[in-house]
Amino acid sequence: MKIGVPREIYAGEKRVATTPEVAAQLMKLGFEVAVESNAGAAASYPDALYQEAGCNIAATADEIWSDSDIVLKVRGPESEEAAKLKSGQTLISFLYPAQNPELLQQLTERGVTAMAMDSVPRISRAQKVDALSSMANIAGYRAVVEAAQHFGRFFTGQITAAGKVPPAKVLIIGAGVAGLAAIGAAKSMGAIVRSFDTRPEVKEQIESMDAEFLMLDFEDEDGSGEGGYAKVMSDEFIKAEMELFAEQARDVDIIITTALIPGKPAPVLITTEMVESMKDGSVIVDLAAEQGGNCELTQPEKVIDHNGVTIIGYTDMPSRLAAQSSQLYATNLRHLLTDLTPEKDGQINVDMEDEVFRGATVCINGETTWPPPAPKLSAAPPKKAPEPAPVAPVVEKKRSFMGPAIGMVVAGLALLGLGAVAPASFMAHFTVFVLACFVGYMVIWNVTAALHTPLMSVTNAISSIIIIGALIQISSENEVIKWIAIGTVLITSVNIFGGFAVTRRMLEMFRK
Amino acid sequence: MFEVNEGIIQVSYIIATILFILALGGLSNQETARRGNWYGIAGMAIALVATIAGDVTQAYPYLIVALLVGGTVGIIAARRVQMTQMPELVAILHSLVGLAAVAVGFANFMDPDRLTHYLGVELTIHDIETYLGILIGAVTFSGSVIAFGKLSGRIGGKPLTLPARHWLNLALLLAVIWFGYEFVVQSAAGGGIEPLIIMTVVSLLFGIHMVMAIGGADMPVVVSMLNSYSGWAASATGFMLGNDLLIVTGALVGSSGAILSYIMCRAMNRKFLAVIAGGFGTSEGTAAAGGEDQGEVAPIDPEETAGLLTSAREVMIIPGYGMAVAQAQHIVHEITQTLRDKGVNVRFGIHPVAGRMPGHMNVLLAEAKVPYDIVFEMDEINDDFPNVDVSIIIGANDIVNPSALTDPDGPIGGMPVLECWKGTTSIVLKRSMATGYAGVQNPLFFLDNTRMLFGDAKDTLDEVFKGL
Repeated sequence: MKIGVPREIYAGEKRVATTPEVAAQLMKLGFEVAVESNAGAAASYPDALYQEAGCNIAATADEIWSDSDIVLKVRGPESEEAAKLKSGQTLISFLYPAQNPELLQQLTERGVTAMAMDSVPRISRAQKVDALSSMANIAGYRAVVEAAQHFGRFFTGQITAAGKVPPAKVLIIGAGVAGLAAIGAAKSMGAIVRSFDTRPEVKEQIESMDAEFLMLDFEDEDGSGEGGYAKVMSDEFIKAEMELFAEQARDVDIIITTALIPGKPAPVLITTEMVESMKDGSVIVDLAAEQGGNCELTQPEKVIDHNGVTIIGYTDMPSRLAAQSSQLYATNLRHLLTDLTPEKDGQINVDMEDEVFRGATVCINGETTWPPPAPKLSAAPPKKAPEPAPVAPVVEKKRSFMGPAIGMVVAGLALLGLGAVAPASFMAHFTVFVLACFVGYMVIWNVTAALHTPLMSVTNAISSIIIIGALIQISSENEVIKWIAIGTVLITSVNIFGGFAVTRRMLEMFRK
Repeated sequence: MFEVNEGIIQVSYIIATILFILALGGLSNQETARRGNWYGIAGMAIALVATIAGDVTQAYPYLIVALLVGGTVGIIAARRVQMTQMPELVAILHSLVGLAAVAVGFANFMDPDRLTHYLGVELTIHDIETYLGILIGAVTFSGSVIAFGKLSGRIGGKPLTLPARHWLNLALLLAVIWFGYEFVVQSAAGGGIEPLIIMTVVSLLFGIHMVMAIGGADMPVVVSMLNSYSGWAASATGFMLGNDLLIVTGALVGSSGAILSYIMCRAMNRKFLAVIAGGFGTSEGTAAAGGEDQGEVAPIDPEETAGLLTSAREVMIIPGYGMAVAQAQHIVHEITQTLRDKGVNVRFGIHPVAGRMPGHMNVLLAEAKVPYDIVFEMDEINDDFPNVDVSIIIGANDIVNPSALTDPDGPIGGMPVLECWKGTTSIVLKRSMATGYAGVQNPLFFLDNTRMLFGDAKDTLDEVFKGL
């Protein structure tokens, strides 16, 4: 089948749906790949590289749209692009069917199979296809770079000959993929990073990146919604949250907001008042700008200055790192196509029984298949059962003390009884025995665990000292005893020589 | 030959004893271990020479032939054995000590001098010593043979759980005590061979039954327990013969094995008696824990694994019995070598009960020439996992099961485990999604940061190596 990659026509879109490297891998799956001339130019992938990888270069977009079996795009098609599609073709791109019902309608009517990269279900197996996460990761990173661009100071603290530089304080709201990427980027530039999220389970992730998790002193409200996203919180919670932000706004230099709730406008978290309380030169990067913004003053796609505070509302962060985001997006597409062509023969098979394909496919054979049924399985572990009530430890302690005490008394009495009846010769041997046990106990505890196997083979060899018993018996006049003794010498010498030899062999192998 | 008197023999025995203690002490670290083995060899040589010079008066040719034949067999076995088969070799060598104890005991009993040599209480004590020596020897012998069969795959690894097996064990124990009483009474009258033979048979059965009831992964405990028994058997023989060298050496070996058993049990958070009682993983209703649907696993292919490894800075390799089965230790070493050359810090984390014998994994890695200073015990590296970029789990399951910590009432609750899930990514090499030995589902496989690499460990690692 032929894969076609047209140039993105949306104004300012620099990404491209495949890179030369990924195109080569697609060809290994049995596909032919055609790329529109200059499709990758804005992402630093010139036509020559595609040609080198074995792609056909199409002079016009029309060739791509008419000749391809599968069209790969980044942004959803404009309506004039969609009009060029015909029945039997497959389109894979971001589609946002919830926001673009007309586009979905149009695609259904054209009879194409359309797969929305944004509708891939969030399950573990589909992580490699999760383009939203790839893009969010880039957006988070870029947000920090944009903030640094507009912030007039260092991120890192320094003590220089010219005086002390305090580190910048960065607050990151929402610790999803973008938030965590932003934490990582800001942290590696040396800033003090704090982060807030309504989902308590991300605390660990935030702390694992060495950032500070801002706790909201609030009883038992878990903000985790379906599929790992956040949900709308109660009024009291929001009030407490806003107080926290107001307090933080006065303190921090940079705020990066990434709070989104699926299918809803972005929640307003940073009010005008808070912006006005920030220090001059502070920067706010609003990654939710496209959905209305987390900051009251955000203007999508614009950078504004409000009382000395810069508010960045770019909605095209991934496109601003076009080479990187093209590469990741193209790889996500490749993973999807790999799964779609199990035979590696260049023929895709959209198996609607498969949860990932079912979720991503928004229309097929003239039928709208969006929204998909709810995912069967969730990657999140089932809620933990309440902790079992702690068992009273006192009782156990008492028992564990009494046990050995009784044991020792019994053992002592048994020894006394033995001493009372046993002859002196026995007691002499017994003394040696008990002392040897203690020596063994002391010595063995020092043996390193790595040498436990050699320890066993060497103790095995020396326990064959039992050969002495046979040696004493071997000179017996009694033929039976003599032959038993000879047999015993035979088997114990296997053990002596074998045990020491194998120990030596093993110890020879332990090298630094 | 010069005259060897009792005093010289005693002094030789003392020297041998000291050398044996030094041999065990030498094993405290790798540098001194080789010297320790030489101490052991020297001690054994001194003891043998002294005894042969002092006590043997005839039958030299037989003695020398027996020593030569036995020694040759032993050395050939030691040369030929694969490091993965070490548990089997150790088990079969244990059985020889047990058999020797039985033989020496019977030979001693048949010596008619015994009735004139010992009188009254002394005879009773001597008979009890003989009886105990044979008893322990017989249990060691049959138990080790079964352990050998299980370890080498000749006998299925599944625990055999007869109905009312605890009562059966109790009955066997009572029978042994009763025949012991009969033996002492009859022996004083000059007889006693029948109760002795019956007891030997009962002990053999007991040894078989005991080890049959214990499952594959409890083998580290069984092997170290048999190690301990072989020592006690030597010690009991020493009492019988009134020989301090045997008593001391037996006690050293016995306590060594006992400590190893204790360490193994602690590493599984189980009571020694519970392990010996056997039947683990079959009866305790563990199915309930595995029945829940825990989500989906994320597979990975060898190529991607290679990519992850090359871009990592800290790699931890956690081997388990599966590595031994697949004979994958050599390719593991090559991967380690390549990664270390690229500046990746590769380390190994060893759980005390990984494998079928204490220290099994260390020996395998040493065989593959992995330097021992990058091989760490669980306690040494468990706190480092948050800094680890990639953990590779090769054929291990229960020892990396987070439910040991999260589910204190579960079958493996409270068992210390390697906390690899705290690292960035864990890659689990596994043949299928079957549960581990304990029959518990492993939540690790379903974590977001875990990737499954299915297939035979050696084949997949070969491919990973190609990808590097």
